Amino acid sequence: MDLLTLSLPSLLGGLAVTVLLGVVSFALGSVLGGLVTLARISRHRALRVAAAAYVSVFRGTPLLIQIMLVYFGLPQLGIQLPPIPSAILTLTLYAGAYLSENLRGGILSVDRGQWEAAGSMGMTYGRALRRVVLPQAVRVATPAIGGRFVSLMKDTSLASVITVVELTRVAESAGSSSFRYVEAFVMAGIVYWLVNTTLSVGQEVLERRMGRAYT
Amino acid sequence: MTRTVAIDARGLHKRFGELEVLRSVDLTVHSGEVVVIMGPSGSGKTTLLRCLNLLEEPDAGSVTVHGRTVDCSSARHGRARNRLIRDIRTRTAMVFQHLNLFPHMTALENVIEGPISVRRLPRSYAVEAGERLLAHVGLADKRDEYPARLSGGQKQRVAIARALAMEPEVILFDEPTSALDPELGAEVLQTMKDLAAYGMTMVIITHEIAFAREVADRVAFMDAGYILEEQRPNVFFNNPATPRARAFLRLMADTDGPPPGLEKTG
Repeated sequence: MDLLTLSLPSLLGGLAVTVLLGVVSFALGSVLGGLVTLARISRHRALRVAAAAYVSVFRGTPLLIQIMLVYFGLPQLGIQLPPIPSAILTLTLYAGAYLSENLRGGILSVDRGQWEAAGSMGMTYGRALRRVVLPQAVRVATPAIGGRFVSLMKDTSLASVITVVELTRVAESAGSSSFRYVEAFVMAGIVYWLVNTTLSVGQEVLERRMGRAYT
Repeated sequence: MTRTVAIDARGLHKRFGELEVLRSVDLTVHSGEVVVIMGPSGSGKTTLLRCLNLLEEPDAGSVTVHGRTVDCSSARHGRARNRLIRDIRTRTAMVFQHLNLFPHMTALENVIEGPISVRRLPRSYAVEAGERLLAHVGLADKRDEYPARLSGGQKQRVAIARALAMEPEVILFDEPTSALDPELGAEVLQTMKDLAAYGMTMVIITHEIAFAREVADRVAFMDAGYILEEQRPNVFFNNPATPRARAFLRLMADTDGPPPGLEKTG
């Protein structure tokens, strides 16, 4: 069995695209998720309802459908996006929905007394959120957020169905041209695993750093 | 000599759903005065205290802190009103029963957070003042410890330093020792006595009778949403005017056991 059925350049190329999709979508999804979280805990009902509806739609439908809908469906409305931006858009919307839930859970876990202590010294809502509540909420939410990052890395493989040449698609085409499917997919799997193991180690280091105040 | 009024609360009403927690409460606190609020649980003590810095908004009445008045019968919204409320909160520090230190900040960071982010003081100045305050409550060596490493009494003393760092006109204490073991409570009470001797204006909810006798200028006794009587401590503890206060004090004596050298009186 020759695990090098995949040529190194094509493997690295696929890996680069996979990492690009995962990292960019996670970064944009975090920003989006943060904004959605603010909307969900807002005093304005309309914002809360809109945010909850968004979360519900993107968590309640398959990512594959979302990816195909954006890529094949938007052109019907006259919006044509190339495969990679299209995949990043969908993955961002999808990740944002989950991340906002993780973050909201973190914020709700912070004791009400913390808001009151901040408020009682005259802090504005925004300042109390930024200085007092968010640092604690992010710490609580980090394991869930890290898990979400790992899932997102794997979810990028679905972008292969809209012709994005990422790791899974590279493996697939290498397999079909050489009929060495086992080697090709095992190799791709190993690369995913290596990426995610690295992420998990990074997450552990981060958690330990943030937990220092609490031991 | 006319004394400055630190807090003037007029006609405070507050209900939570069906429950009427405050029914027309008036309370005036002068600068330099220590007022102790006592009363059975559910009498509205904590709600009153939280209304004084508008952590809880009364349904009716007004709160004046050093000349700034929030009228709770008028409109509830607006930037100016929010700013006024923040201003009042900046001038009234609060020490909570449940040790609400910020767990992700060290003792010193807890103390300097308000001065830096609310009062906009330069960091170096805030640090210097913060270190002085921590020394004042006997915790100079704990400046870099996180709250998780401090005992309950130490946490509460950091909370007092944090309150002082705002240079408030008045400090509100909500049962600051009731979550602590007696010996840890004692160190907190001592810190509060020091503040009283220093001339700090304080409103304190507590069940510590010996402490109240020693420190209070006035005891306000609350029951069922009213202040039933306001007396000097020696009058209140020896000869309360209302039957409810008499019953309350008898109950306190029963549960704590009579203080040494004092026979239970009927």
